[in-house]
Formats: sequence, C-alpha cells, structure tokens
Amino acid sequence: MFEVASKESERLADLPLGSVATVDCVHQSVPEDPIAKRLRDLGFVSGEPVRIVAAGPIGGDPLLVQVGFTRFALRQGEARRVMVHRALPHTE
Amino acid sequence: MSTLRIALVGNPNCGKTALFNLLTGSRQKVANYAGVTVERKSGRLTTPSGRTLEVLDLPGAYSLTAASPDEEITRDVCLGRLSGEQQPDAIVCVADATNLRLHLRFVLELRYLGLPMILALNMSDSAMKRDIRVDRNILEKELGIPVVETVAVHRGGASSLVSQFDRDLPEPALALPEGADLHAEVNRILEAAVSMPSRTAKMDDAIDRVVLHPVWGLAILALVMFFMFQAVFAWAAPFMDLIDAGIGAIGTFVGDALPDGPLRGLLVEGIIAGVGSVIIFLPQILILFLFILVLEESGYLPRAAFLLDRMMVGAGLTGRSFIPLLSSVACAIPGIMAARTIQDPRDRLSTILVAPLMTCSARLPVYTLLIAAFVPQQTVLGVFNLGGVVLFGLYVAGTFFALAAAYVMKRLRRTSEDHALLLELPSYRVPNPRDIAIGLWDRARIFIVRVGKIILSITVVLWVLSSYPVPPADWGGTAIDYSLAGRIGHSVEWIFAPIGFNWQICIALIPGLAAREVAVSALGTVYAISAASDDAASQLLPIISSQWSLATGLSLLAWYVFAPQCLATLATMHRETNSWGVVATALIYLFGLAYIASFITYQIAVALT
Ligand SMILES: Nc1nc2c(ncn2[C@@H]2O[C@H](COP(=O)(O)OP(=O)(O)OP(=O)(O)O)[C@@H](O)[C@H]2O)c(=O)[nH]1
Ligand SMILES: [Mg+2]
Repeated sequence: MFEVASKESERLADLPLGSVATVDCVHQSVPEDPIAKRLRDLGFVSGEPVRIVAAGPIGGDPLLVQVGFTRFALRQGEARRVMVHRALPHTE
Repeated sequence: MSTLRIALVGNPNCGKTALFNLLTGSRQKVANYAGVTVERKSGRLTTPSGRTLEVLDLPGAYSLTAASPDEEITRDVCLGRLSGEQQPDAIVCVADATNLRLHLRFVLELRYLGLPMILALNMSDSAMKRDIRVDRNILEKELGIPVVETVAVHRGGASSLVSQFDRDLPEPALALPEGADLHAEVNRILEAAVSMPSRTAKMDDAIDRVVLHPVWGLAILALVMFFMFQAVFAWAAPFMDLIDAGIGAIGTFVGDALPDGPLRGLLVEGIIAGVGSVIIFLPQILILFLFILVLEESGYLPRAAFLLDRMMVGAGLTGRSFIPLLSSVACAIPGIMAARTIQDPRDRLSTILVAPLMTCSARLPVYTLLIAAFVPQQTVLGVFNLGGVVLFGLYVAGTFFALAAAYVMKRLRRTSEDHALLLELPSYRVPNPRDIAIGLWDRARIFIVRVGKIILSITVVLWVLSSYPVPPADWGGTAIDYSLAGRIGHSVEWIFAPIGFNWQICIALIPGLAAREVAVSALGTVYAISAASDDAASQLLPIISSQWSLATGLSLLAWYVFAPQCLATLATMHRETNSWGVVATALIYLFGLAYIASFITYQIAVALT
C-alpha cells in the first residue's frame, strides 16, 4: 500500500498524530496477556495499516487509532504493546 | 417438532437488538455504541409458513475469549454452558456490512462452534450509501453458509432472513483448520467479495476533527451537558404550570363535589395531593430523556468517553465508566447494569458504587420543588434561568462527589497496573424521530405506571397513617400530631434536628426510601392533612417556602445529593455484584456523606442567616 517504508520498528504509542504505519506485531506484557490477545482479535496483526486519527486532550492519551474499517481508542498502555513501522511520506 | 432456538450473535453495535426487535416485535434498547445489550433476552417469531422460533438477543462480543461480564454471557450461551439452557439450534451471525474487516473475523471464529449458521449482513442501507458493494454469492461460497442482507431499522428489512428461517436449517458450518490465520482469511475474502471506495465515512472524519479536538471537543462537551440541564429546567416550565393548574382544578372539583369525610380526605389530601405532586414532573423527565436518547443514537457518547478517559482514570475510573454514569442520570439501575461492559473488575466495582451519586431523574422532583421554593426567579447573564443554573450546579456536585468517591476507593486499593480501554467509536447516525418518539412514549408509560403503583399505594398508606388514630375531642395539638405517622415523625426528629429537618420531613423520608420522588408526594400528603383548611390541597410549594427556613431547604438539597434512598438501586447492586458487603458499603458511605453534608450545609446556613 505504501511505496516507501522505514525499516525500524517503533511503538504505536510513540507515533505523532496523523501518521500512518503498518503493524509488525503485538507484544505481550505478561505471558498469556489478554490485552495483547484482544488487540490481535481487533485486527492489530502483522501487515495491517493503522492511522493515528486523534489524541485525547490531556497528555495525548488515549489515542484514536484507525485499524481496518474501525476506530478504536487505545490508552498508552495498550498502544505501547503494538509495534509498527512507519510509512514515509510519498514523494509525488 | 419443538421450536427452534436461534441466537443472534455478532460484534457490538452491529444491530443485533434492532434485528431482534424487528423479528419479535419487542422493544429492547437500541443505541449507537458498543455494549448496549448486557443481558440475554428471548422472544418469539412465527414465520409466514407457521413455524415458530425462539430468538435470543445477546450482548455483542469481539471474540468468544470473553474480556468482560457481558461477553461471558454470549460465550456461555454459544457454548451451551449457561445453566439450565441448551446450546442454540442455530446461530444468526449479524455483521455490519460497513465494518466487515472486523466483523468477518468473528464470523470465522463462530464457525468453530459447529452449529448451523446464517450470516445477516446488516446495515446494508448504510453500505449502499457509502458505495460499498458486497457480492453475496461469492461470500456464501467462501463462508459456506447462507448470507442475507438486512436493514434492521426498516419495516420489512429482515424479510430475507425470515424466509431463510422457512427453509431447512443449513448444514453445520465447517470450520477452518485449528490455528488457521483468521485475519489472513478475512483479507482474502474481502479481496474477493467486497469493493469499498474508502475505509471510513467522510462524514465521520469531518465531525471527529471538531468533536475530538483537544480544545473544541471539551468545550462542545461542556456546552452539550449544560444545555441539556438548562433545557430540562426552562423548557418544561410551561408544561408543568399546565399540569399544576389541571391538578388544582381536579382537587377543587372533587373537594366541592364530595361531602366532608374520610373519602374526601383520602381523595383530595391523599391521592390528588400526593400523586399530583409527582406527576407534574413528567415534562422534565421527558425532556431529559429526549436529550439522552438523541445523544445515545447519535454516536456521540463514546466520543465523550474518549475525551474524558484520562480524567476518569485520574479519578480511579475508566472512560468506559462514562456511559454507565451518564445512564445513571436517567436512573442508576440501568447505569449499574451497563457497568457490565467494563472489563476490569475493580473499575467496574468503583463505577457501581459511585453510580448512585449521579443525579437520577427521580431526584428531579425533589430538586425542582426545593429550587422553586428557595431560589429566587432571576435571569443570570441575560439568558439563563437561575433555577436552571442551580440545578446544573446540583448535577455538577453529584458528579464531582462521584469522582471524588472513586478517587478515594482508588487510593484505598492502591494498585496501579494498567487497564485496557479498547473502546470502539461507531459511525455517527442521525436519530430517527419515530424511534425517539417511541422511546419517549415508553419512558412516559414507565413513569406513569410507577406513579400509579408505588406512589399511589404508598400515598394511600401514608394518608391512613397520618389520619388515624383520630385524636380525642380534648386533644390540644393538631390531628396529625396524634396520628401514627405524626408520632413516628416526632420520635425520630431528634436524629435529624442537627441537620435541620422537621418532623414532617422525617415522615416523608421513610416512604422516600422506596423511591426518591415519593418523598415529594409524601410531603404533599402530610402538609395537606396538617393544613386542615379547605383550600386546594395541591399547593405544596407555598407551604414549604413559608414554613421552612432557607437552611432547612438547602440541607435537604444536600441530603438528596448523597442519600441512597432507593431500594431498587440497592437490590440491583446486590444482583450485579452478588455481595451484600458492597451493598452495606454503599449504604454506609452514602448515608454517612448525606448526613455530614447536610449537617455542614445547615450549620453554615444557620450561622449566615
Ligand atoms: N442505518 C442502519 N442503522 C442500523 C441498522 N441496524 C441497526 N442500526 C443502528 O445501529 C446501532 C446499533 O444497533 P443495536 O441494535 O443497538 O446494536 P447491537 O448489535 O444490539 O449492539 P450491542 O447490544 O451493543 O452489541 C443503532 O444506532 C441502530 O439504530 C441498519 O440496518 N441500518
Ligand atoms: Mg444489543
């Protein structure tokens, strides 16, 4: 979907507003992490494009993330579990 | 042949309940956010060919690996684990046709149940508007189950589903091999069967840019809330005057028509004064519900939850508590039940415990009466009604103390692990006026039935207690002093004297335990009897404003901000937590706060006036 992509993996929580990225994986913060499982069920799986749509008024928390055709609000804690690589801006 | 049992299963907010209502003619609650349905509901449907089916509506779930109590219900029903209930004979998977990337995954997961399945592609009207094309034939082939399109909010919008019920049940769905990548499979099917010009609705993006803006978003939220409470106060006034005049006329008419005696006393002082004093609040309650219904259907509520999440976490709750707490503004009972959608058990418990502090609509009669008696009729800042501002202040106070109480609970439990939010924000929708009208009509009916049953019966009992025994001829005081209720009121007066309550209020508080607004009807009855004059008995307001001190009025207001005077709420707390400890905690802390707040209010007001 995106021509150029950066190689480095970073955390979804660290992306600036409006950026587009592709999911690499979801980390478990504990073994059998139910939150990680739920994130995967909701569509945070390798190769899925995501976009940061909005951020909460205080400290940018929670984040509003578009994944698939759906928008989910994730707190920093959840967004830190999702590793992504960012799409670099197109040069058109 | 026994009736087939069919369960509606699907992701949250895909329209299962709307479909259930359409199929069975029920009126379960439908609203535009995830987690409206939190219970299993059942209904019946007879198809055109005469087949009878039992239809189950279930809470929405993202997965059978349940993350919250409402999802557990869906899981247990699907797996046949609910006690005393067999697995359903077939499953109607409901999926939102505009949200298939998410919803098809759950459909694939449900195939592992090995039950006959039908897929209902709901919201096909919205899909059409957004130019989303779903090839039904390819989808049927890929999924191996019948697929029908439905529009759950149109009459006849489920006819294709109903005619599917008339055929033989499809073969049990075949599952993918264990451990298959369901997401990859969904993407493959979407590629083959669905064309979609854009992933999001343009309208949603445009509205969200404003509504979720860090500054404008909060300003809009504050404005919406303020406007709502201002409207409750200002718009209702003319209707309330009308009802008041009507009740006064009826009271006079009946009073004149009947001879003096117990029957006239019961009718005029008991029933007309008591019930009339509560019925008058119907316009306010309907306006409040008008706002709540429109907000619920618009899709704005989860946005408000998003904006407030951080603050709610600071207070020891979660953004997900917003909807339960806002529902508690209508009534704490559905609010406490809505807390089932909160995943974390401690957040859920805090939400349940503080929900009664949110100002429920049953407090409106009490607040309005006291405001009318003690707050001068004035306009502030040119447009706002001072009474409306005070009312808004009382709502703010309730909310503030709810958050403060949650904060204290958070401090007491002292854990700080992170909880998930994972809240879906739905598409905006324009509320359908017909649905809103039906919703309001239901509320009006519930209110009137409640007045008719609880308030009428308590009023009659109270009238008897306040009129008998009849004092002997040489009794010096008033008749009500001699009556049973009068004696009870006098005997507990000392407890409430430090907070400024007179014995009439003490009497009213006791039946007020059954339901808050009963306190108003009880005051109506008690004062009507003690007035002992012949003028129309429905005039509670002038009596209160002339007989109570300002300090007493304010103290009673403060009492009502906190006091857990509603047995049904306490019963719901017990049902939802299965613990008397929780109920006892709520009782003690809420009555404690009520007494302390009233004491402080009263003493300060006495000192100042
Ligand atoms: N346009 C359109 N809107 C629909 C349709 N079906 C349902 N809705 C709307 O979708 C929203 C959700 O409907 P519900 O029936 O409450 O959804 P649900 O699946 O029961 O939701 P939960 O109980 O939370 O799982 C409401 O705002 C409905 O008015 C449909 O076919 N077309
Ligand atoms: Mg529902």
